[in-house]
Amino acid sequence: MSEPRQSVSLTVNEERHDVTVPNRKHLADILREDLGFTGVHVGCEHGVCGACTVRIDGAITRSCLVFGVQADGAEIETIEYLSAQSETRDLVDTFVAENALQCGFCTPGMVISAAALLAETPDPTREEVRAYLSGNYCRCTGYQAIVDAVMMTAAGRRAAKGERA
Amino acid sequence: MKPYPFEYTRVSSLEEAVTLLQREDEPRIIAGGQSLVPILAMRLAAPSRLIDIGGLSALRGIERRGDVLRIGALARHAEVMASAEVAEAVPLLARAISHVAHPAVRNRGTFGGSVCLADPAAELPAVCTALGATFEVFGSDGLRTIPAREFFLDIYETALAPDEILVAAQLPVACPKERFGFEEIARRHGDFAIVGLAVRARMEGTLFAELDLCFFGASPRPVLAQNAARAVIGQELTDETQQAAVSALTADLDPQEDAQADAEMRLHLAGVLLKRRLAEIAGKERQQ
Ligand SMILES: Cc1cc2nc3c(=O)[nH]c(=O)nc-3n(C[C@H](O)[C@H](O)[C@H](O)COP(=O)(O)OP(=O)(O)OC[C@H]3O[C@@H](n4cnc5c(N)ncnc54)[C@H](O)[C@@H]3O)c2cc1C
Ligand code: FES
Ligand code: FES
Repeated sequence: MSEPRQSVSLTVNEERHDVTVPNRKHLADILREDLGFTGVHVGCEHGVCGACTVRIDGAITRSCLVFGVQADGAEIETIEYLSAQSETRDLVDTFVAENALQCGFCTPGMVISAAALLAETPDPTREEVRAYLSGNYCRCTGYQAIVDAVMMTAAGRRAAKGERA
Repeated sequence: MKPYPFEYTRVSSLEEAVTLLQREDEPRIIAGGQSLVPILAMRLAAPSRLIDIGGLSALRGIERRGDVLRIGALARHAEVMASAEVAEAVPLLARAISHVAHPAVRNRGTFGGSVCLADPAAELPAVCTALGATFEVFGSDGLRTIPAREFFLDIYETALAPDEILVAAQLPVACPKERFGFEEIARRHGDFAIVGLAVRARMEGTLFAELDLCFFGASPRPVLAQNAARAVIGQELTDETQQAAVSALTADLDPQEDAQADAEMRLHLAGVLLKRRLAEIAGKERQQ
C-alpha cells in the first residue's frame, strides 16, 4: 500500500507552516522532524509519559496522540516559544534553580503542564500539584524537586502580585 | 510505535460518516483519539480509513432539556469537568469525571469516545449505567435510542451496529431525595481503576428505597450488583445488611485477573468500596 498523505497547515509558535505528511504521522514527529522543534520530546508514543506535551489552541495536549492530519488549521505552541513567555519563564528559572531536572527529558512536558496548572489554580497544594502532574513521568528526580519548583513559582507570583498591589 | 498506514477523511455530516462506515473494509471512527491513537500505535488495530467526526457540531454541547441533561458525544472530558450544568444536574458525573485520565488527555478525550470504547474499568460507562442513561445513536435507518443498561456487552464490545455513531447521552437530572456515591481504587490519580463503584440511591427516612450499585473494573463490563442491592433495599444500613450486601457480591461480579490485581483482590476491594459508600449515603441521610 502506498503511503497515504495529506497537506496540512499548522501555525507553530505564531508562524505558519504548510507541510505534506503521511496520515499516520503524529504531531510530535512532525514538529520534530519536519519543522525542527526538538524541544518536543518523544518518550512512549502511546500517551502515558507526557514528554510530548504541547499546547494546541491554548489547551495542553499530548502531541503523540494527535495525527498531523487532525491538527490542520491548529495553533500550536511548543517549549521553544513558551519558555520565553512571561507565563512560563519564572517556572523554567525555578526548575533550574531547584534542580527540578536531571536528564531534562521530561522537562518540556512538565513545564508546559505545570504552567497550565498555575493558570487554573494559582495557589495549589502539593497534593494538587502531584495529581495534576500525575500524567507526566520523570525517571530521574523522584518528583520532589519538581513539586518544590511549582510551589515556589506559585509563591513567587503571589508575592509579586502583593508587591504591586 | 508507528501505526499501519491508513486513509483519513474528516467528515462534514453524520450521513457522510455512515456512508463511509458502510463502504470501507475496515473503517474506524476517530473522535478525541485518546484511546484509539495508542491502539493504532501499538498496532492492535489496522483500520483502512479513519473517519474523523471531530468537525460535526451536531455532536457537541451540554444542554439541560427538562429532566435530562444531554451530553453531546464530542463533549470533551475537560468541558464536562468545567460545566456548571453538570455539577448541578448530574452530581454523580461531576464526582466521577476528575478520575478520568490526566488534564492533557481530558482536553481532547470525549464523552462519546469513552462510552464507545467500553473499557470495563472506565468511569463514564459506569456512571451512565448507574443512572440509567439513554444513548442516542445514528445509523442508516436514522436515529434510535439504546438504554445504557443494554449498551455495554463485554470488554470493548457494545450494542452499537458497525455503521452506527453515538450522537449524545441523556442523563437523568438528580432529584432532591437521591443520594450519590463514587469511589475508585487506582494506583495513580488518573489511571484506569482497579475497581470502582458508582452509586445512586433514593432514601425514605433512613431506609434505602432504591439502590443502583454499578461496579467497574470488577467484571468484563460495568455491572449493576443487583443481589447486593436487594440485601439493602427496603432496610436500614446495619452491620447485618451491610455484610449481606458484601457477601452477595460473589454472585454479582465476575472479576478478572490482570497485571494490576487478581480476581480475589478485586472482589475484596469491591466489598471495601461498597461498605464505605453505603455508610456515606446512610450517614448523610441521618444528618438531616
Ligand atoms: C494516559 C491515559 C490515561 C487514561 N485514563 C483513563 C481513565 O482513567 N479512565 C477512562 O475512562 N479513560 C481513560 N483514558 C481514555 C480517555 O478517557 C479517552 O478519551 C476515551 O476513552 C476515548 O475518548 P476519545 O474521544 O479519545 O475516543 P477515540 O480514541 O477517538 O475513540 C475510542 C473508540 O470509540 C470509537 N468512537 C469514538 N467516538 C465515537 C462515536 N461518537 N460513535 C461511535 N464510535 C465512536 C472509536 O472508533 C474508538 O473505537 C486514558 C487515556 C490515556 C492516554
Ligand atoms: S510520547 Fe507522548 S505521552 Fe509519551
Ligand atoms: S529529569 Fe530525567 S526524566 Fe525527568
